Amino acid sequence: MAEQNSTKMVGKQSIVFNNPPLILAGSSIAGKKEGEGPLGHLFDTVQEDPMVGKESWEEAESELMKEAATKVLEKAGLKNSDIRYLIGGDLLGQLIATSFGVADLNIPILGIYGACSTMGEAMALASILVDGGFADRVLAITSSHFAGAEKQFRFPLDYGNQRPYSATWTVTGSGAVIIVNPNLHKPNLGEKAIVVKGVTIGRIVDYGLKDSMNMGACMAPAAFETISANLEDLNVDPDYYDRIITGDLGYVGRNILIELLKEKNIDISNNHMDCGIEIFDKDRQDTHAGGSGCGCSAITFTAYVMKQLREGAWKRVLFVPTGALLSQVSFNEGKTVPGIAHAVMVEAV
Amino acid sequence: MGNQKKIPVSSIVHEQDLRKRNENYKKYVEENTPKNSIVKDTIQAFIVGGIICTIGQFFISYYQYLGAGEEAAKAYNSITLVFLSVLLTGLGIYPKLAKFGGAGTLVPITGFANSVAAPAVEYKKEGQVFGIGCKIFTIAGPVILYGIFSSWLLGLIYYILKLLKVI
Repeated sequence: MAEQNSTKMVGKQSIVFNNPPLILAGSSIAGKKEGEGPLGHLFDTVQEDPMVGKESWEEAESELMKEAATKVLEKAGLKNSDIRYLIGGDLLGQLIATSFGVADLNIPILGIYGACSTMGEAMALASILVDGGFADRVLAITSSHFAGAEKQFRFPLDYGNQRPYSATWTVTGSGAVIIVNPNLHKPNLGEKAIVVKGVTIGRIVDYGLKDSMNMGACMAPAAFETISANLEDLNVDPDYYDRIITGDLGYVGRNILIELLKEKNIDISNNHMDCGIEIFDKDRQDTHAGGSGCGCSAITFTAYVMKQLREGAWKRVLFVPTGALLSQVSFNEGKTVPGIAHAVMVEAV
Repeated sequence: MGNQKKIPVSSIVHEQDLRKRNENYKKYVEENTPKNSIVKDTIQAFIVGGIICTIGQFFISYYQYLGAGEEAAKAYNSITLVFLSVLLTGLGIYPKLAKFGGAGTLVPITGFANSVAAPAVEYKKEGQVFGIGCKIFTIAGPVILYGIFSSWLLGLIYYILKLLKVI
């Protein structure tokens, strides 16, 4: 048994599961601006009210998360008590959106912080728990809110300032998936089942940039190293995947990532996609370099990527949410903005 | 664009010296990040800032026409502009002006008012004391502190020069 477990480790930093866990369902709750974007018609719910009927941005984000959790349970046909563990996180200090958002669900919880890479981290950990036999059903969830993120990381919302071209727009939204032991659930007829084949856990990658208004460039090296590691560990070419999907590099970061990889003779220019680029129409919605935030990759994955996999348009994707590990304190103290990226290998079977 | 030699990607990916790699990456990112047009920004700032100042001049003249002295008219004008800025901040219009006008909205007194009103609106939820009280000057604080400090310093210099009968 011990020997069998050790075979799950592949290469330097990857895992390939023995019994790939099933992504039973996904939910996406989006804000108004996201609802008006190119993916708007795909979201489960579009919340028109930025305050979601609450008193503060933080409460509003918690409410989005609660809605995402409730929705994913409903779509999976499960009750709270069916979920063994919940793994979640967000961008707010000490994860208050998560704590206050999911407390009422009464599910044993592990709170995590991976900045905007949180969805990747949560899905990786959920899959590890399920394949390891430590849990039968795990709910992975994350959220972000434009106004809450602006307040915490930049300026109050009504303060007048100009955003540079390289700045991104934090997505308001919450996405959740339920990852289960594949022996427990049969997929719906006529639809592909979506499984997590493996994961590559990212390292903190710091190329010394300090510009928090150019997060795409800060995170591109992390995506570069994680994607290279995944391809090396699994010994596959980039076209093994129908799509290699980064979280929120935006236009600036995307170009850098493609060029960095090309230098290592890895060409992803034809099958790369970035959730931050997909979620907004930059010309019509004035979102500069693209969307960002934990919610960006989460709702793009649950609304769009999962649909493409279910319908058979794509067979294999590498989902690589990216995060910038800064805080207002680290920024004020002159620290760099290190990046992180976790890769989740998702397949339709 | 153009004049300088471009940083090759190989000097980032294959550079073993991390300090050198980071330097190269910084330059590479600067080269590959689209910039705003300074000419366009300056013209927009000039127009918006100019309009705000013209409005200010209108109020000064108007208050003088109503019979106020020059000093009083200027003070009334400041009060009026601050009020308008705070009102537009509360209505969410001032950030839109600033997005277009940049420094043209930042430099006049209206920009200062915006920088005080915006945190007041934002932090109201955290209470009168720890919210508004502690955080209202998070943006304007440095201007107030160093403004007062430099006036104090200049006053001191003026006082010493007077004692020494230099002036």
